[in-house]
Amino acid sequence: MSGRVLVGVKRVIDYAVKIRVKPDNTGVVTDGVKHSMNPFCEIAVEEAVKLKEKKLVKEVVAVSCGPQQSQETIRTALAMGADRGIHVEVSGKDYETLGPLQVSKIMAALAKKEDAQLIILGKQAIDDDCNQTGQMTAALLDWPQGTFASEVTLDGDKIKVVREIDGGLETIKINTPAVLTADLRLNTPRYATLPNIMKAKKKKIANVKAADLGVNLTSRLETVEDLVGKLKEAGKV
Amino acid sequence: MKGKYRRTATFSRELHLGPGGSASSPAAAPQRLPFSRVTVEDLTFFRKTLPGRAITDPDLVQSSNEDWLKSVRGSSEVLLRPQTTQEVSQILSYCQSRNLAVNPQGGNTGLVGGSVPVYDEIILSTSLMNNILSFDKISGILTCQAGCVLENLSLYLEERDYIMPLDLGAKGSCQIGGNVATNAGGLRLLRYGSLRGTVLGLEVVLADGQVLDCLSTLRKDNTGYDLKQLFIGSEGTLGVITAVSILCPRKPKSVNVVFLGCETFDQLLKSFQLCKGMLGEILSAFEFLDSECMRLLNTHLKLANPISDCPFYIVIETSGSDSDHDSQKLHNFLEEAMTSLLVTDGTVATEESKIKTLWSMRERVTEALTHDGFTYKYDISLPVERIYQLVTDMRQHLGERARSVVGYGHVGDGNLHLNITSSAKDPALLASIEPFVYEWTARFQGSISAEHGLGLKKRNYIYYSKSRPTVAIMGKMKTLLDPKGILNPYKTLPDDLK
Repeated sequence: MSGRVLVGVKRVIDYAVKIRVKPDNTGVVTDGVKHSMNPFCEIAVEEAVKLKEKKLVKEVVAVSCGPQQSQETIRTALAMGADRGIHVEVSGKDYETLGPLQVSKIMAALAKKEDAQLIILGKQAIDDDCNQTGQMTAALLDWPQGTFASEVTLDGDKIKVVREIDGGLETIKINTPAVLTADLRLNTPRYATLPNIMKAKKKKIANVKAADLGVNLTSRLETVEDLVGKLKEAGKV
Repeated sequence: MKGKYRRTATFSRELHLGPGGSASSPAAAPQRLPFSRVTVEDLTFFRKTLPGRAITDPDLVQSSNEDWLKSVRGSSEVLLRPQTTQEVSQILSYCQSRNLAVNPQGGNTGLVGGSVPVYDEIILSTSLMNNILSFDKISGILTCQAGCVLENLSLYLEERDYIMPLDLGAKGSCQIGGNVATNAGGLRLLRYGSLRGTVLGLEVVLADGQVLDCLSTLRKDNTGYDLKQLFIGSEGTLGVITAVSILCPRKPKSVNVVFLGCETFDQLLKSFQLCKGMLGEILSAFEFLDSECMRLLNTHLKLANPISDCPFYIVIETSGSDSDHDSQKLHNFLEEAMTSLLVTDGTVATEESKIKTLWSMRERVTEALTHDGFTYKYDISLPVERIYQLVTDMRQHLGERARSVVGYGHVGDGNLHLNITSSAKDPALLASIEPFVYEWTARFQGSISAEHGLGLKKRNYIYYSKSRPTVAIMGKMKTLLDPKGILNPYKTLPDDLK
C-alpha cells in the first residue's frame, strides 16, 4: 500500500477576471489574462493535504497538464502542502484541444506508473464546466468513484463518501483504490503560509510528455464557434 | 401652499447635537445662521431650472440628509440634481442673490459630517454629473464630471490599461468631485502621491455662479498662482467642483499582495524599513491592522484570519511591470523578513480573487466597526514611530469604559485610524476621549485629521494643528470667495472666525 494520492490541478482564468471573447469568435482571450488554480482543484489539494496530516496517506503528488505556466499552478499546490509535482507538458494545438478524455487518459496512466491509491480531482473546471474528468478516469482504471464529495472518511481499505446530489445528500462506501471529485463544501482551502511557500520552492516537479505515458492526445471535438450573448439594455421600472 | 413647509429651526437644533449630545461640545452644531428659508417662489425657480430634478419628497430627501455613519442628520427639504455645469452656475447665482445656504454633496461617504446639511441648507448633489469627458491614451490624462463614482472610473480605465491614482474603501459610492474637495488619501497614496499632485485641472463654480475654468490638462504650467490648489481639500466651502482632470498611472502588469503577522509594533516598523529597501520602487501600499481589528472582522463579518493570530498584521502590495522580477524581489524580501524574525507568519497572493480577499481584511475594518456599536473615529497623522503608542495610551486611559479600542491604517504614510466603540452614544466616554486624543496629537506635532478633513465634527479642533494666524488667513480666503458664506456653512472653519 503506497499510500500515494494523485491530485489533479488545472490552470484556469481567475474567476474574478472579466472574460472577453476573441473578435473572431473562436474562443476566449487568454493572453495576458490572470490565471490561477481552478477553485475545485484547490479544494482537492486541501483534502489530500488534510489526509496526509492525519497520517492516512503518505505522499501527495500534484499533477497538471498544460503549457509551461502550469508549473505555477503546481507550485501553488506544493505551497499548500503537496510533496512533489508532475508537469505533463502539453502546448500549442494539443493544448487547445485538451479535454477531459485526454486528461483522464493521462491521469489513468500516471496512477498506474506512480502506484497511486487515491486520485482526488475537482468536480469540474470553471472554464469548461465539463464535470467529466473524474468519472472518465475512474472508468478507464475500472476504479470506484465518489463524485461531488462534500465529506470524505477513510475507513480501513474503504472510503465513506457523502455526495451532494439534487435530492440532498447521498452516502456511499467504496473500495480503494478510488477516484474522488471535490465539491464546494468539502473543505475551505488553506492560505499557503510563508514557511510553506519558501519550502515549496525546493520541492521537485518532474517533466513528462503525454507520449511517454502512451497517451494519444488527438481530440475528436472541434469548437465551431464561441458566442457571447448580446448585452441587454437596462430596464425601466 | 405657503404653510406646507415646516419651520424646522428648533427641531434641527435638537437633531444636531453632535456626537457628544451636549450643545456646548466643540463638535456640536452652532446656532443657525440667518440665511433665508426656501419659499414657493424658490421652488418654482428650481423646478424650472432642473425639470424633474428638484426633489422635495421627504422620503427621497431623507437619505441625503444623513451621513454614512448615521451620526449626523440635517433637515433639508430640497435636493437638487443638476446635470451640467451651467445648471450649477444658475443655481448658485440664484442662491447667492437670495441668501440661501447650499450643501454640495457627492457620494455622501465622508466621515466628519461635512457632506450633509446641519439645518435646512439646500442639498446640491453631483450624482447626475457622471460623464467621462475625455481620456488621452498616451498621457493617461482623464477628464470627467465631478459626479463620476470612483469605482466606475477605475473600471473604465482598467479596460484601457490604466488605473486611478487613488483607491479607498468607499470606492463603490464616493465621487471624484468629493474626493478632490476633501483631498482624499487612501490606499495608494504611498505610491502615486496625493491629489494635490495628480489633479491637473479643475472646473469650479463659485458662490456667485461664476464658472472658473482651470480645467487644464497640462502636466507643467507655471503661469501665475495655482488656484486649483485652493479648492482641493476645501470641503465645498470655497466653490463647487464640477469637473476634474487627473493624471492616471498605467495599470501594473504584476500585482502581489502579502499579508504578514508581527509580534511587536517595533518589528512592524523594522519590516517597513526592510520593505522600502528591498521592494522600494514596486511598493504600492503598506497598511496595518491590530489584533483587535482582526477580532472584529472574525466576529462581525465572519472573515477568517488567513494566517495565525498575531498582535499586528501588515498588508503589503507591490505593483510592477514584470512579474518575474517582482516575484524575485518579493521572495528575497520575505526570506529576509522571516530569517531575521521580523515577521512570524504570512501569506502571499498573486491571483485576483485571493488579492481581493486579502485586501478586504484591511478595507472592511470600517464596516466591522459599525457592527460593534457606536463608533468614535479619529484619523491622526503622527511621526511613524509614535503611531501605536496613541492606541495603547488610549486603551489605558479609557480602561473598561469603552467596548473596543482599535488601531489600523496607512502606517506607510504615518496615518493612524484610531477607533473606539461603545454600546451606545456615551457623552461621558466622549469627554474622556476628547480633548485627550487631540492634546496627545498636538504634543507630537501631529495632525488631528490626516485625511478625513474637518467637516462639522472637527472644525473647532483646527487650532490643535494650525496656528491662529494661519487660520485667520483661511478666513480671509473664505470671505473673498464666498462673501455671504452660503457654501457649506458650519463646516471646516472654526466657529470663532465668524
